[in-house]
Amino acid sequence: MDTVESIMANYGLGSDEVIEMQDVWKTYPSGAHALQGVSVKINRNEFVYVVGPSGAGKSTFMKLIYREEVPTKGQISVNGFNIGKLKQRKIPYVRRNIGVIFQDYRLLPKLTAYENVAFAMEVIEAPQRLIKRRVMEVLELVGLKAKAGREPSQLSGGEQQRIAIARAIVNNPSVIIADEPTGNLDPETSWGIMQLLDEINFRGTTIVMATHNRDIVNTMRKRVLAIEHGQIVRDQQRGDYGYEF
Amino acid sequence: MNFRTFLRHLREGAKSVFRNGWMSVASITSIVVSLFILGVFMLLVMNVNALADKADSNVQINTYLNLNVDEKLRETIKGEIEAMPEVSAVKFVSKEDGMKELEESLGSEWVEGFSEKDQNPLPDAFEVSVIQPTTVGFVADKITALNQKYTEEPILRVKYGEGTVETLFKITKTVRNIGFIFVAGLGLMSMFLISNTIRVTILARRREIGIMKLVGATNNFIRWPFFVEGAMIGLLGSIVTVVLLFVGYDRLYAASQTDITLAQSLIPLGDLWPLIGSIIVGLGIVIGVWGSTMSIRKFLKV
Repeated sequence: MDTVESIMANYGLGSDEVIEMQDVWKTYPSGAHALQGVSVKINRNEFVYVVGPSGAGKSTFMKLIYREEVPTKGQISVNGFNIGKLKQRKIPYVRRNIGVIFQDYRLLPKLTAYENVAFAMEVIEAPQRLIKRRVMEVLELVGLKAKAGREPSQLSGGEQQRIAIARAIVNNPSVIIADEPTGNLDPETSWGIMQLLDEINFRGTTIVMATHNRDIVNTMRKRVLAIEHGQIVRDQQRGDYGYEF
Repeated sequence: MNFRTFLRHLREGAKSVFRNGWMSVASITSIVVSLFILGVFMLLVMNVNALADKADSNVQINTYLNLNVDEKLRETIKGEIEAMPEVSAVKFVSKEDGMKELEESLGSEWVEGFSEKDQNPLPDAFEVSVIQPTTVGFVADKITALNQKYTEEPILRVKYGEGTVETLFKITKTVRNIGFIFVAGLGLMSMFLISNTIRVTILARRREIGIMKLVGATNNFIRWPFFVEGAMIGLLGSIVTVVLLFVGYDRLYAASQTDITLAQSLIPLGDLWPLIGSIIVGLGIVIGVWGSTMSIRKFLKV
């Protein structure tokens, strides 16, 4: 049974922490230690960059939050749910409160922009009337209402990422996990995407974003978590990128 | 699950049968082949069973009596045979009746000269029917043993299809067993083939499944279209099989009607199709759904 706290946390009430990790370890079957004793708290409404060299454990850190991976040791709570101990059949319901965005957009190629976004609502069996209204709403927010009928192949990279963002926010998640969302985009387009994410954050959604983009981190100052060798080596409010590359 | 979602699953399942094109055709074909062989065996087994039943009911023991047996002793012996628990009926065939039967089957020219009352060389006889065809040998021995009870030794000879009856039983049993083994083996093979086809669908749709999971689709929601796809492949395969099988059998049946020795031996299609049809269609669907279940299971772990 859900506790009162977890229900409240689910609606963004009560506790201030949306994500909390306590001494989290992740060791892959190959023996590689991706994370080694990570402890961190991320509060409601925060915007957090996760930076660090390739292979440092950034992706694992992100995957643990949306329960793509389970920690080998330690505790992770997201929206008040103990993610590591979650029963298999409860995972979908926790994921509905987490929006995920990837570098490669991960849109369904044969569906239109509208259908791609509506898909996220259909799979949680939302009523059709609500889907129509809400999808148009988020398409407007990402500035692509006019291109709702186009397939991903007819859209630019930036536009595809906007559709992916629309899909991530359509179910009103409390957290958005963005794994290098600007990794495939030119600087100008990247700024557009960042402004959009900033706007979404401003509206009350917590954002955790892994990135290699130095300019973005140094210009749009937010909290920075630097991960190296599976450990958080720096946690800095309004921090900078801190690497030369 | 609401009705709209259910319709969605049906639509998605049907779509991917078509989207998979040749892969679906290949697996439908392989199901048709397996179910067809299975159907042929079922038809064979059912016909052999019917033949065996017919042969079973024909199994009787002819008990010939010595010429010195008078009417009183004849009735006593009839009573003794009737009293045996394995015996279902005893029919007396007088030597005159026997001659008439012979005349009917061989033609009157063959029995000329023997048919006069005093010239008739045939003995009186009983036709003994048994309840369980497999007990004929045992009953025949019991009847022969009656000779020891009476000084007249009234039983001349006891005759039944020794050997042939037993052989027929053995053949029937073997055909049934081989049939069942084949049926089980082919059924299993079809399941693996369908499961492979569904696996291809899943691989092709791995991305979609991944996205479905990310946005919080339940496992059941993901699973349903694949069930539908498997069931549809099974259903289509079994319908094609049933049509092929029944058209073929009907032709065979029609051809058999022009041959006197075969005319009575095949079961008409009208008596067969409800059972065989529902078994094949039911099995097709079960195989399809089971095949898809096997291949989805490991993809839904994460």
